[in-house]
Amino acid sequence: MQFDRRGFLKITGLTLLGLSAKPGWEVFSKIDQPEPSPMAESLAKIRWAMAVDLKKCWSAKEGCRDCIDACHRIHNVPNLGTLKEEIKWTWTEPYEKVFPEHELEYSEENHRDKPVLLLCNQCDDPPCVKYCPTRATWRREDGIVMMDFHRCIGCRYCMAGCPYGSRSFNWRDPRPFIKKINPEYPTRTRGVVEKCNFCVERLAQGLIPACVEACKEKALIFGDLKKPDSEVRKALQNRVIYQRHPELGTKPKVYYIL
Amino acid sequence: MYDKSKIIPALVIFLGLATYPIWHNTVSGKARYVPKPELPTDKAKKECVEPKTFIRVNHKTLLEDWKFSVVRNGIRTYQASNKKAYTISLNRTCMNCHTDKTKFCDQCHTYMGVTNKCWDCHIYPKQLSPGPLAMRGP
Repeated sequence: MQFDRRGFLKITGLTLLGLSAKPGWEVFSKIDQPEPSPMAESLAKIRWAMAVDLKKCWSAKEGCRDCIDACHRIHNVPNLGTLKEEIKWTWTEPYEKVFPEHELEYSEENHRDKPVLLLCNQCDDPPCVKYCPTRATWRREDGIVMMDFHRCIGCRYCMAGCPYGSRSFNWRDPRPFIKKINPEYPTRTRGVVEKCNFCVERLAQGLIPACVEACKEKALIFGDLKKPDSEVRKALQNRVIYQRHPELGTKPKVYYIL
Repeated sequence: MYDKSKIIPALVIFLGLATYPIWHNTVSGKARYVPKPELPTDKAKKECVEPKTFIRVNHKTLLEDWKFSVVRNGIRTYQASNKKAYTISLNRTCMNCHTDKTKFCDQCHTYMGVTNKCWDCHIYPKQLSPGPLAMRGP
């Protein structure tokens, strides 16, 4: 048989193509699905939510910050002293800023300037999760929007995505700005985004979130939405409830009762 | 070779200077330095979560797995090969025995020139007692 250079190359090429077909198919036919966590099934039976009873909250003494202080203390949230670099997990805004859509021409004077507690809404459809390029933030099966600080690269896309302003960025090392460090919870480092985590580390120990525990007026109600007899479900019954920006379709799970 | 009498002594001097760190460390005994991670003396703290040989090679992957387990999967107990269950916590489990990272972790890490960022965020108990972090505020 005549076997010239051209023939040799043809046969080698075809052989290589044939040999790479199967491994190639195996690689490219695979869809990279995140593995479901082994706890997914048990977590999916729960949906954590919070209700803020504004009337009760406003009955507290002026300038009450028990919930915010408790939260920031146990999570080592620094106080940098400036609005620009502020790190906040829970904070307050005046009523008319939180619910601008309620503002009528002759709005109820008794609601004006009243503080409304804000925190991460733990959305059912969280925009921050969609924006995160490193999967450093994701939604747990029990509804908590979690953060993996190890994985955050500090791109701040999630902050741009969050319509509630619930996320803060560490522009500098937060440690010198923490009054008293709680060794039970890590601090963050420069270049990391942080936010309220619904006290996931406390829930794991069977405790309720720190802010709920700290509120003397019992204005914060926490519980499992999937349990019909849970405290939060009872609190929501037969009451006028509001959510922040429900029109955005993020399905927030922090309710405001008025 | 031209200028043999100049080039060869200059080369010898140059080589001597360039290799100075090596023979200086050999002569002073620094090269024979062996890192000595201090082990806990308490009897109750003698047993690690896994055998020494495993930990020596795999402590980094073990810690990585622990992080993944707690943060991603919400599983906070570790089933060790000795059939015991341990709380997954760098602070409460590892550093409960190895209380001072400068006497344990840093021994090998510094020797090998390894830098890690664990303690940028995590806090080991010793760090808080008389140290720069504890001095601050109430």
